[in-house]
Amino acid sequence: MAADMTAASAAPRRARKWNQRSIAPWLFLAPGLFMFTVYVLWPIVQSITLSFYDWNGLYNKDGQFTGTFVGMGNYAELMSDPAFETSLWNNLKWLVLYMAALPIGLFIAIFLNQTVRGIRIYKSLFFFPFVISQVVVGLIFAWFYAPNFGLFYLLTEKLTGQGTAILADPDLVTYGIIAAGLWPQIAYVMILYLTGLNNVAPDQIEAARLDGAKGWRMLWFVVLPQLRPATFIAVIVTVIGALRSFDLVSIMTNGGPFGSSRVLSYYMFEMALGEYGYRMGFGAAIAVVLFAIMMVFISGFIWKMWRDETER
Amino acid sequence: MVRYTKGAVALSAAMLLATSALAQDKRVVTWNADYDPIPLAAAEALIADFEAANPEIDVQLNNFDHEAYKNAIRNFLTADPPDLANWYAANRMRPFVEAGLFADISDVWADNGLNDALASSVLSSTIDGKQYAVPYTYYQWGIYYNRDAYKAAGVDLPADGGVSWDQFLANCEKFKAAGIDCVTTGSSALWPVAGIFDYISMRTNGYQFHSDLAAGKISWKSPEVKAVFDNFGKLQPFVTANHAAIDWQDAAALLVQGKAANYVMGNFAVGVFKEGGMTNDNLGFMVFPEITAGIARSEEAPTDTVHLTSGAKNPEDAKKLLAYIASADAQSKWNGAVGQLPTNKNATVDAADPFLTAGFQALSTATGGIAQFWDRDADAEYAKAGMEGFQQFLVQPDQLDAILDRLEQTRLRLYPQ
Repeated sequence: MAADMTAASAAPRRARKWNQRSIAPWLFLAPGLFMFTVYVLWPIVQSITLSFYDWNGLYNKDGQFTGTFVGMGNYAELMSDPAFETSLWNNLKWLVLYMAALPIGLFIAIFLNQTVRGIRIYKSLFFFPFVISQVVVGLIFAWFYAPNFGLFYLLTEKLTGQGTAILADPDLVTYGIIAAGLWPQIAYVMILYLTGLNNVAPDQIEAARLDGAKGWRMLWFVVLPQLRPATFIAVIVTVIGALRSFDLVSIMTNGGPFGSSRVLSYYMFEMALGEYGYRMGFGAAIAVVLFAIMMVFISGFIWKMWRDETER
Repeated sequence: MVRYTKGAVALSAAMLLATSALAQDKRVVTWNADYDPIPLAAAEALIADFEAANPEIDVQLNNFDHEAYKNAIRNFLTADPPDLANWYAANRMRPFVEAGLFADISDVWADNGLNDALASSVLSSTIDGKQYAVPYTYYQWGIYYNRDAYKAAGVDLPADGGVSWDQFLANCEKFKAAGIDCVTTGSSALWPVAGIFDYISMRTNGYQFHSDLAAGKISWKSPEVKAVFDNFGKLQPFVTANHAAIDWQDAAALLVQGKAANYVMGNFAVGVFKEGGMTNDNLGFMVFPEITAGIARSEEAPTDTVHLTSGAKNPEDAKKLLAYIASADAQSKWNGAVGQLPTNKNATVDAADPFLTAGFQALSTATGGIAQFWDRDADAEYAKAGMEGFQQFLVQPDQLDAILDRLEQTRLRLYPQ
């Protein structure tokens, strides 16, 4: 066999090798691609299709789809829907304010990046909020803000004479929920920066110190550039965390009072699967809009990663 | 035979049970329900009685978690329909009726004289002239009050027939002076505010107005609606502040602690009040005060129902069970165990429970009509928009015009003129 192969002409052999080389990656990719198609691509196509229908989620007893085609109707309704506008603005507030997790997380990380007795315990204590479930975080903060017995309420009552129930106030409620979301998010960013700080080259710090760099200048010109990969990941997880903020809203307010703390993901759930919803097409239209917004960021990240990979 | 299972487990359990029951040569009726423990025990007793009378029928109850049921029913009615399914009357059952998933059971009503025995629920069980539901229980709404809070504020206790609207508002002034919330509610889940709105709306303009408003036939810009919000506005300053952030159970705690005097609620709350330490001595019940003189009094009493599915495999025996559920005996027993009111007018109510007797009295003399509650009388989307408006009005009464504009837009979109 082997003799045959060596005896054979060079051309088919090269072609065969080429075949193996080109097939192998696809074979390795196949399971992943299959899952990706079934669980990501196909649902995306289905959601987009569904967003052109008005459908209450029911099939009749013969199993036939009961929806009606409304074209761009759902999107047209979204454009004039005040609840959608509120959700969009709230999402924006989430995006902007969530970014506060980066500097705060960085400073806690720098603060904790020292060798003191028992530092591991302090680190784990700071990391703790990220370990517990978002649902628990939501409950803790809901009680913290609760009128009549919440710590925050009692505190404001003592200071101003008039207790502030954040979650009952349509103007403050979103900020209250974002503060709750920041608690675990800061811990997450902190841990990313802590691992990043481990990889900061000590010789560069040493060299900078010899050159007389200190404090802010040291941080800005020497440490931060070396933390770029950590910052990149931290931005990604924070943006995604802000856009998919659903659990806290659901646990703390159900989108209330009168819808003032809704975000797109919660509004979508409310419309498609909530007790008063079951407007599958309308919910799908919101999902498509959210997807489009996410795509802006995701393409940005992918483009940057692509650039970094190819530059190397 | 009864099985208590949850969610997905229910399906496989039902299949297992179905095979084992076939072996016993009994005719099987399957029934999907969403009972909490106490009603579940009552339903088990009801089934046992039915099976004793009909030994050749085997009723298999699949109990779901209450919240999970709302989603599950949308799947199982198409994928694997049981013979019977629990749901709610009026507009809540409309999507299933229109999709052809609930079967017409007008014959059960006609054959068993239910149009007479269940007279108060005919309207809420009927869509386009046909009956699709067997109502077996409801509960009254009204004002529950804390007698101790009345004493603490030096306010006279309401008489048996309740108080007048002016008197009620005057009492509220006194409660406010005493630092007690006159009316409490917890509207984090929205629906509790609909109870207050419905009552003010029905007392201002009557039952037909409530019904037409819920059906989208009345403009939110009309003078009648204006009158309702005028009255709502009179009550607004006396409602617990921050109600939007608390659940109805938290507000119940305020009533129990005497920090609030009155609570517009359904009778199911009595259990919570009593768990909090109230007794028949300091917990009182009155009907909502009359506002416009001379309007026939109507009440809210949301009805729970059982339905025959279109995919039922054994509709004949299922109808037998439905007729039994509608009967006075079965309803007396079930409601006696659960502490709610039977819809069958020949059924009896536990005379020792002052709230049930008061409720039975209030409902049987409500000549104006029995409303199902805003979120069951109105289409789901419309109901939600309305409740958000009511809640916003209670928080920001100065936004009334914006609220009414928005509601009117929603109405015109959902019910094109």
